[in-house]
Amino acid sequence: MAEATVTWINGPVLRARRQGSFHIKEAVHVGAARLVGEVIALRDDSVTVQVFEDTTGLRPGDLVQGLGTGLVVELGPGLLGQLFDGIQRPLRALGELYGDLVPVGLSVPPLDRERAWAFRPVLEAGLAVPVGAVIGEVQETVGIVNRVLVPAAAAGTLEWIAEEGEYRIEEPVARTRSPDGIVQEIALLRRAPIRAPAPVGERFAPAIPLVTGQRILDTLFPVGKGGAATLPGGFGTGKTILQQTLAKWCDADIILYIGCGERGNEMASILTEFPGLTDPRNGRPLMERTVVIANTSNMPVAAREASIYTGISIAEYFRDQGYHVAVLADSISRWAEALREISGRLEELPAEEGYPAYLPSRLAEFFERAGRVTTLAGAEASVTVVGAVSPPGGDFSEPVSAHARRFARCFWALDRERAQARFYPAVHPLQSYSGYVDQLERWWQDRDDLHWRERRDRLLRLLEKQAKLERMAKIVGRDALPAEQRLVLACAEIGTEAILRQNAYSEQDAFCAPRKQVAMLRVLCHFFDQAEAAVARGIDPDALLTLPVVRKLQRMGEDIAGDDPESFRALQAEIDIAIAGLELPAEVESA
Amino acid sequence: MPEPRLQDRLLHTGIEAMRGPLLFARNTRGVGLYESVEVLDVNDQARLGRVVAIDADNAVIEVFQGLDGLSLDETRIRFLGEPVEMDVGPRMLGRVFGGSGQPIDGGPRIVARDRQRIDGLAINPARREVPSEFIETGISAIDVMNSLVRGQKLPIFSGSGLAHDRLASTIARFVRLRGDQNEQFAVVFAAIGVTFDTAERFRREMDDYGALEHIALFLNLASDPGTERLLTPRVALTCAEYLAYSEDRHVLVILTDMTNYCEALREVSTSHEEIPSRKGYPGYMYSDLAAIYERAGRIRGRAGSVTQLPILTMPGDDITHPIPDLSGYITEGQIVLGRDLDRRGVFPAIDLLPCLSRLMPEGIGNGRTHADHPALARQLYTVYAQAQRLRLLSSVVGEEGLSPSDRIVLGFGTRMEERFLHQGSERRSLEHSMDIAWQLLAALPEEVLLRLSDEQIERQIRSRRANRTE
Repeated sequence: MAEATVTWINGPVLRARRQGSFHIKEAVHVGAARLVGEVIALRDDSVTVQVFEDTTGLRPGDLVQGLGTGLVVELGPGLLGQLFDGIQRPLRALGELYGDLVPVGLSVPPLDRERAWAFRPVLEAGLAVPVGAVIGEVQETVGIVNRVLVPAAAAGTLEWIAEEGEYRIEEPVARTRSPDGIVQEIALLRRAPIRAPAPVGERFAPAIPLVTGQRILDTLFPVGKGGAATLPGGFGTGKTILQQTLAKWCDADIILYIGCGERGNEMASILTEFPGLTDPRNGRPLMERTVVIANTSNMPVAAREASIYTGISIAEYFRDQGYHVAVLADSISRWAEALREISGRLEELPAEEGYPAYLPSRLAEFFERAGRVTTLAGAEASVTVVGAVSPPGGDFSEPVSAHARRFARCFWALDRERAQARFYPAVHPLQSYSGYVDQLERWWQDRDDLHWRERRDRLLRLLEKQAKLERMAKIVGRDALPAEQRLVLACAEIGTEAILRQNAYSEQDAFCAPRKQVAMLRVLCHFFDQAEAAVARGIDPDALLTLPVVRKLQRMGEDIAGDDPESFRALQAEIDIAIAGLELPAEVESA
Repeated sequence: MPEPRLQDRLLHTGIEAMRGPLLFARNTRGVGLYESVEVLDVNDQARLGRVVAIDADNAVIEVFQGLDGLSLDETRIRFLGEPVEMDVGPRMLGRVFGGSGQPIDGGPRIVARDRQRIDGLAINPARREVPSEFIETGISAIDVMNSLVRGQKLPIFSGSGLAHDRLASTIARFVRLRGDQNEQFAVVFAAIGVTFDTAERFRREMDDYGALEHIALFLNLASDPGTERLLTPRVALTCAEYLAYSEDRHVLVILTDMTNYCEALREVSTSHEEIPSRKGYPGYMYSDLAAIYERAGRIRGRAGSVTQLPILTMPGDDITHPIPDLSGYITEGQIVLGRDLDRRGVFPAIDLLPCLSRLMPEGIGNGRTHADHPALARQLYTVYAQAQRLRLLSSVVGEEGLSPSDRIVLGFGTRMEERFLHQGSERRSLEHSMDIAWQLLAALPEEVLLRLSDEQIERQIRSRRANRTE
């Protein structure tokens, strides 16, 4: 392997004089401690390396060893439930071996070499197997079967396949012979480069929603399985809470949670909370479908840059087995800042706000790894990417927010004013959008309600009108507005409370199933109809706001369990009676 | 590969240039990145520095005590072969240290039980314990609405001239009084570029309370070298970690003022001719601040904890300025002080809306504080935000333009500031604070109380209304 000698060091970046040939993105070991790094530039006899670990103590003269391959992730049974750092070091195992602090230059393999897994062959020897064919299975957790696929180089005839039994990840479980006579062994463990997308069969546009259980997302701004969304918001607007809520409740099979440059305590809370939460679909702990990548803000900055690639490569591994995977990256901005920091150390010419000119193309590459596909074996699968963005000063026009929204079709803008009033999720209904509504409409219409689209649009239009009228009310006073306009304001306020607000800490409301969302929207629109009719009869719209049934309507998310049709029918009947009772001079008794 | 070691590296000369706080040395083969150095002047007086960039035979050294009085020819450098470290040991409490961690109170040297790197490696997230123990600060606006838990980092965002120092020392005193764990409690106070008055007032207040033996003070005053400010929070936190993890104490670290720290960072970065990001601050300021703030926390299996209360003054009261902005992205919430409230004589002048405690849900509720505490906090926030909106509106259309129920909410906002927020030097128990809050809510019509369940209204609101009418 090629070697080089360090000549210059600046933080996480170094240059070395080479003897031998390195290639771009080649992984390297640096110094006596064998720190992990990656070649990022080559010039004459000099190589430039970014180092993924703390470089304290490195000296000119230290050795850089090329490893011949790019950075890789280890893939195989045993990933689920794990916590890795940005370069896939298993943090739990490191903690057990080396104590409370993240050690430097020390590592243990990402996957446990000693653990035996129950392998069951699904094909017989003698068959021709193409790339991506499923040859066997390992029941990794109760909910997830790990499917063992034929790797890219091993297509051919299945010469031998192991019997059902227990195997460690490095032991061969099958052998193939290619048409050229090359014999390849297949083990449960495999490796994949993190920088390149894994191959797929065909790509399709998203057609079913990723159900998040959050009304403002599913009903107003749905994202499709295989789609991409960005989630920008200033600090304290609830990005992380929303990401964690998605990790808990969204209906993907596998969750990749990437904590990129965020808080250590947040990672700890996932590790503490998720094993205790149950997956509603199989009653098992949520941790069993989750892989966490944690490169917290105080861990080395270059590894932060690598962490999102590590995460998405693991996501693709599960996708290729036929699963729907959600990648929740928090936050893309920290990754972009890591790019900027490395770029600055290299004294590259900056483009906008110090970010390198290649920021948009890197972002595009990342978001493009989302998609709904058929796997090489023909199964339908997807990777959905939700990237949180942390714009400086909450300004959405800054480069990372602006570029991210070019590549993601869902834009969930978090609003500081809502967050300050503790109105969660603080997604702003007028600034946000989804480019998937038309594609997903069909799915929602099938959830036993053909008026979904119409009602959704009605709610949005109402909120738009409210914004305009509020501006006017600020000048002339609300009481000076005509009754129809005050009705719009009243209905928008009620709709906001009833549908948009959701209590993540309430057992009933934390997850709102699609059927319940449909039922809530239906009863709300019924109320609008009745209210409009009442105002047309001459009722004062402000009288509506103090009706006891309006309180019920606004709290139905928390107070009505599940999508019990009886409760919703009762609520609807109560609305009819209450509004019909408003005929008399509109003085309503308040409780 | 054998490198020239200590004997060759002692008393190195060959300094090529000095600029700002930086010293450029030649022929430094074998020197490691971030290695600490002693810079000796003509009288053999040592200053602390560290290597920040190297190429084959040259090194750039950051000198924490500045370069004043040094010459190119007579200055010598001693390379110490290790990162910047600090002795920690028993009896650090009750002492006063300089901004680089050296005792300056005339007392004995610290008997070293251990030597720690001052920049601390990252805590493995897998070893962290989620902070969840409620700390009663005695301040209503914090305890009820932005609860602090052990191991949290909760900064105070303030403005020049606001009473942030008084708030910090009030919390330090009030917290100390709680429960039966007084002897395990400690305060580490790091003054970063603040005036002598500020540091002295804090010391005196703690002394008046007889709390001095629970405190370690680290002082980098406004008159001390700017570059040393990069060191002060790090040595203070190294001391705090020793107290927490070796002596099992619950340590509250007050860092004031982080704005001065960031200015020092910018100054040094500019000397390096680095490409600046926003407002001239270096692009790595987020990571650098994170390396300080992330040292708060709890570690599984360890009895002690490090809780941080950093204070920063927002330049121009602008919360979007890079210093508060980056801090807010790292810390677990923020307590924001408001000038209007301060002007009206409210103490603490906490501007509730932009405040947040991210770890609050972990620390409150059933079995921790009170089952109705979370709903109470949400309800207070909802109505107070509404009151603030109405205040703005009524300044345009007049109070007459508001509906009767809006006027009630508007009045609630003012009463909340006068009765709940303002507490002067009174220490309030959580129960007392919550009771005041329920009383205030009881004056509101029920259709406003959407964050409370029917049972909560029955239990907390109607009973208080009944008492009032009796």
